[in-house]
Amino acid sequence: MIDTNLFQLICFYGFAAVTVAAALAVITLKNSVHAVLSLVLTFFSTACIWLLAEAEFLAIALIVVYVGAVMVLFLFVVMMLDIKQEHVREGFIRYLPVGIVVALVMLAEMLALIGVRAMHGQVMGANPAAAAGMSNTAWLGQALYTQYLLPFEIAALILTVGVVVAVALTLRHRGDKRHESASEQVRVQARDRIRVVKMAPSRPDEPTASQEPRQ
Amino acid sequence: MITLSHFIVLGAVLFCIAVAGLFINRKNVIVLLMAIELMLLAVNMNFVAFSRFHGDVAGQVFVFFILTVAAAESAIGLAILVLLFRNRSTVNVAEIDSMKG
Repeated sequence: MIDTNLFQLICFYGFAAVTVAAALAVITLKNSVHAVLSLVLTFFSTACIWLLAEAEFLAIALIVVYVGAVMVLFLFVVMMLDIKQEHVREGFIRYLPVGIVVALVMLAEMLALIGVRAMHGQVMGANPAAAAGMSNTAWLGQALYTQYLLPFEIAALILTVGVVVAVALTLRHRGDKRHESASEQVRVQARDRIRVVKMAPSRPDEPTASQEPRQ
Repeated sequence: MITLSHFIVLGAVLFCIAVAGLFINRKNVIVLLMAIELMLLAVNMNFVAFSRFHGDVAGQVFVFFILTVAAAESAIGLAILVLLFRNRSTVNVAEIDSMKG
């Protein structure tokens, strides 16, 4: 019988290894489509780690919102753009040492600065949501709809602005294409289409008088 | 036993991988956008860990907002990318160096 804590630790290391490997694949893979798929794997294993931290709502939101919507958008764009693969990797070897050095120095600085050793004593205590007697979703929702209601509404506004901007940026009016204008069609009135002309009654000229001399 | 430092170290490693990705992918804007997504993920990891270990709901609420803003950001970023590719037919950062009104 394996200890629960040990099992959690093994799960954490497994998911963390997958996360780091997939993140490395994202930045090194040659094909952009493969890189996007690696990013999907990164998000999935991160969601698993969040489940270990008992942040269930955010883990599912990460999969549904990020993998389901944003990454699919990425895939669409990557597949839509016709990128020449051979030019994409130029300069990769040249910048590789710089990138590795900067990343390693930064990692060392961060770990030294935030004091990882001091945090090593902090073990995972009781789940705060369970201590309050509710699920993680209820715990989060209760804070979101009371204390953070205004930021929540602003977030909705930001999403709306994002949609409008994305459409407005990519919408293209082509000059050579004829398309119907719905607003003009709705606004049209009878007098725009039909004109009633008043004219005096007249009789056509006598055909014999004009045609016979010519023949 | 999982400790707080496990999560923090994982977040730091993810962030540094993303920084390295920004350095070595000079030719492809799409990978740069993906590296930014990785950075946001690393930050979110820290928020979730601190929220869980300190028993404060604010961290998870903030992750929620970061996810929202990041979704809007990537939608607009990809729209700009599509527009850029339509006008210049390249995703190379080095060639996108002039602005014209």
